[in-house]
Amino acid sequence: MITHHLNDQLLMAYSAGTLPEAFNLVVATHISLCDECRARLASFDAVGGALIEDERPTVEMGSDALSTTMARIKAGGMQARDDRPPRTRDPVLPAPLRAYVGGGVDSINWRPVGGGVKQAILPTSEHASARLLFIPAGAAVPDHGHSGLELTLVLQGAFADSEDRFARGDIEIADEDLHHQPIAEPGLDCICLAATDAPLKFRGLLPRLAQPFLQI
Amino acid sequence: MTITDGVKWADLLARVAHRQDTDAFATLFEHFAPRVKAFLIKSGADPALAEECAQDVMVTVWNKAAQFDPSRASVATWVFTIARNRRIDMLRRDRRPEPEDLPWGPEPEPDQVDALVLQQESERLITALAELPERQRVMIERAYFGDLTHNEIAEETGLPLGTIKSRIRLALERLRHSLS
Repeated sequence: MITHHLNDQLLMAYSAGTLPEAFNLVVATHISLCDECRARLASFDAVGGALIEDERPTVEMGSDALSTTMARIKAGGMQARDDRPPRTRDPVLPAPLRAYVGGGVDSINWRPVGGGVKQAILPTSEHASARLLFIPAGAAVPDHGHSGLELTLVLQGAFADSEDRFARGDIEIADEDLHHQPIAEPGLDCICLAATDAPLKFRGLLPRLAQPFLQI
Repeated sequence: MTITDGVKWADLLARVAHRQDTDAFATLFEHFAPRVKAFLIKSGADPALAEECAQDVMVTVWNKAAQFDPSRASVATWVFTIARNRRIDMLRRDRRPEPEDLPWGPEPEPDQVDALVLQQESERLITALAELPERQRVMIERAYFGDLTHNEIAEETGLPLGTIKSRIRLALERLRHSLS
């Protein structure tokens, strides 16, 4: 059961469409796994709908706007269409992530970063970065703090840090105040989706030197 | 919007989806296109671009009419999501991947009771939004329409970030209360 959810600020910004792409990806992936946050998002979208409905003043359309629009619809064939992609399933990666990886969990292009930890950086806009992390069962991610916002969503296995335990679907929202060392639980290897809008700050010497190479 | 309005828009959209009803579409266009245009202008588009993009949104309304589910959203909410996506493209903002869709089958009839409850809730939300204290409503509107993050609202208004966050939090509490 998912116990760590998105906060209002993230849901509202996702609904408004103002988040960096990397955070949008984390939010979309969490909602794919979490019916509770899907329902909360629907409420935030409803606020957007209420604003549209209650819009004042409205702005008049051009005099030929309807006929122009109808002509464009006719040119398109009039037929309403269902352009939603066919559903495919992957036990680890929900649909939004599959689009970034180019397939399921077997298609992830892992790069080792030391200590058995692997990562795959995903192609997003430069406003924030997103990566998949593979943490072998029982292994630790280097102790780090944050200069910005970091979102970590568990996709497989579980990790624990000074705050709590996080399993599939759980999201940890970390900011400047949190200094933590996530450790993967024994058993299943842990796969996470992590996004941040600032470089992570590692405490130890080696990770700090490694930082430019890891592109974190 | 009244309950009958919400149901009316949903019925008109169903007529577009099932019968390619151009009269029904004209009524929807008359109501929603000027609202979408106003929304896009508030987001920073000039009137000509807003006009063009509002037309795009209405073309999408026609093309996707069959995907609308009145037990999940009001027509206004559905139009908002289409307009938001068009705005992201228009302003070349960051891509916004959608969540995995819930399972869908061969066109199950939407539940009439669910649909009515949802339209009633949508109406209460609109009333609650209209009754918010002006300074709270403005913050909500900026966050949705102004295409601004909380930090950008802080820079623009000169208000401390904490004030903006607390006004938005208070507004959300009131809106939530209207739905409970």
